[in-house]
Amino acid sequence: MARTVTIQRKSLNTALAWAVGLLIFFPILWTILTSFKTEAQAIASPPLFLNFDWTLENYAVVQERSNYMRFLWNSVIIAGGSTLLGVIIAVPAAWAMAFVPSKRTKDILLWMLSTKMLPAVGVLYPIYLLFIRLGLLDTRGGLVVVLMLINLPIIVWMLYTYFREIPGEILEAARMDGATLKEEILHILTPMAVPGIASTVLLNFILAWNEAFWTLNLTAVDAAPLTAFIASYSSPEGLFFAKLSAASTMAIAPILILGWFSQKQLVRGLTFGAVK
Amino acid sequence: MATQHSRSVARLMMAPAVVLLLGWMLVPLTMTLYFSFKKYLPLRGGDLGWVGFDNYIRFVSSSSFWPAVQATLVIVIGVLAITVILGILLAMLLDQPMWGQGVVRILVIAPFFVMPTVSALVWKNMFMDPVNGLLAHLWRFFGAEPVSWLSEASMTSIVMIVSWQWLPFATLILLTAIQSLDSEQLEAAEMDGAPPLKRFYHIILPHLSRAITIVILIQTIFLLSIFAEIFVTTGGAFGTRTLTYLIFQRVLESQNVGLGSAGGVYAIILANIVAVFLMRIVGKNLDA
Repeated sequence: MARTVTIQRKSLNTALAWAVGLLIFFPILWTILTSFKTEAQAIASPPLFLNFDWTLENYAVVQERSNYMRFLWNSVIIAGGSTLLGVIIAVPAAWAMAFVPSKRTKDILLWMLSTKMLPAVGVLYPIYLLFIRLGLLDTRGGLVVVLMLINLPIIVWMLYTYFREIPGEILEAARMDGATLKEEILHILTPMAVPGIASTVLLNFILAWNEAFWTLNLTAVDAAPLTAFIASYSSPEGLFFAKLSAASTMAIAPILILGWFSQKQLVRGLTFGAVK
Repeated sequence: MATQHSRSVARLMMAPAVVLLLGWMLVPLTMTLYFSFKKYLPLRGGDLGWVGFDNYIRFVSSSSFWPAVQATLVIVIGVLAITVILGILLAMLLDQPMWGQGVVRILVIAPFFVMPTVSALVWKNMFMDPVNGLLAHLWRFFGAEPVSWLSEASMTSIVMIVSWQWLPFATLILLTAIQSLDSEQLEAAEMDGAPPLKRFYHIILPHLSRAITIVILIQTIFLLSIFAEIFVTTGGAFGTRTLTYLIFQRVLESQNVGLGSAGGVYAIILANIVAVFLMRIVGKNLDA
């Protein structure tokens, strides 16, 4: 039996939900709006909402002065590289745990989860020291490896929960028909696993893109991604609201768009399958 | 049935991930433990020998320790209270029939995708700046004196910023849990004339208890280690120096690695206490 809802009740829900939603979204909206203002309009009193002269000037200035493209490129390489590397290492592991489970599978999964709980600050100096000794400080390669390692437990877990949903009978049948392990993986498993792998890639790309402990502490100039680029606005440039907004908008826009596609995976990925 | 052959192949497939994570855990952990028992000042003499538990004692007896514990607790408890309570209300609201539900969901979730340095800086300058910030405009509009948020109400400000970032996470998970609630049970209660508050306490809240526990545990682990939000707003000033930030300052700013490492060991122990509870819940779910 469907719940019958009066139009009034539905209208009230809608109005309330939209009001709350817009309030929560407002800081982002305000940042985007401010990025199109001049510096004078950005601090005008009373504040200007839509009635200002829209300009793209700030984007040009930020781009020119801070070499935005280099930071963006570093973010893409670091987030993309660590995700790709993580998936390459995690797919075989998750596959094995999902389809050839042993008594120890659960222990291994939980142990992997526990490494994710290790507070970064607890191992800050060792990693810092290793980076100096190995010449990895302020290199993209070093960050790719570190971010891959901190996200690897989440990647394994997400893939494991997706793989477990693939019915084992199909694999049994293929084995009966004499399919080799290679054929099994290439022709049967891969097509069924692609959506799960894609979701995993998406969420972990976002997590790596926004990571702001290691990216701030292990980079200086050459490998600094967008998180560090924005942190450099901390002072005194941060007081130029329009430019700060333009820089911020450029840093978050790609991820906001990707994020909207990954809402569902967010729950699965961040609760380790405990809430579905 | 898994054969002996497929078992050894499976082991081989797991090996890279297991070996890498084992190395990632053991190598730095061993080093942190090692340094924590040494007087080690890289810029002022380097390794000055073993000192036993001296660093552990000095870390907790330093005058900045208890304020840091307090700051950490205020942030964790404050943000948890705000995000869980508002998250439940918001999840219940979003579960109601309405127009444009998908769009509202997107609006509510968006802050989670904003990188921490951006949200901290946008809040700090464009909202909390005592002269040009939007909140200052709002305060003046109502004839009140604008607040210097990050210096006068520093903890409130940080809790506000971090809550804004984590509310979407709590809401999303609680919403997912609410949607799995059997609506017939609620309808039956409604027909029996149970008032809304009773329905909430006896049906909705018990159903959500597991999801709430998970939200609390996961957020606690992340909140214990927030860094960027403090790094770009107050830099640890005005009483906002958390344990994580204190350790960061000891290790990288004052380069007292021995002392910082002892602090790191405390942080690891603390996180593990929380993690044990989380793993119990997750583990139970694996059996099901």
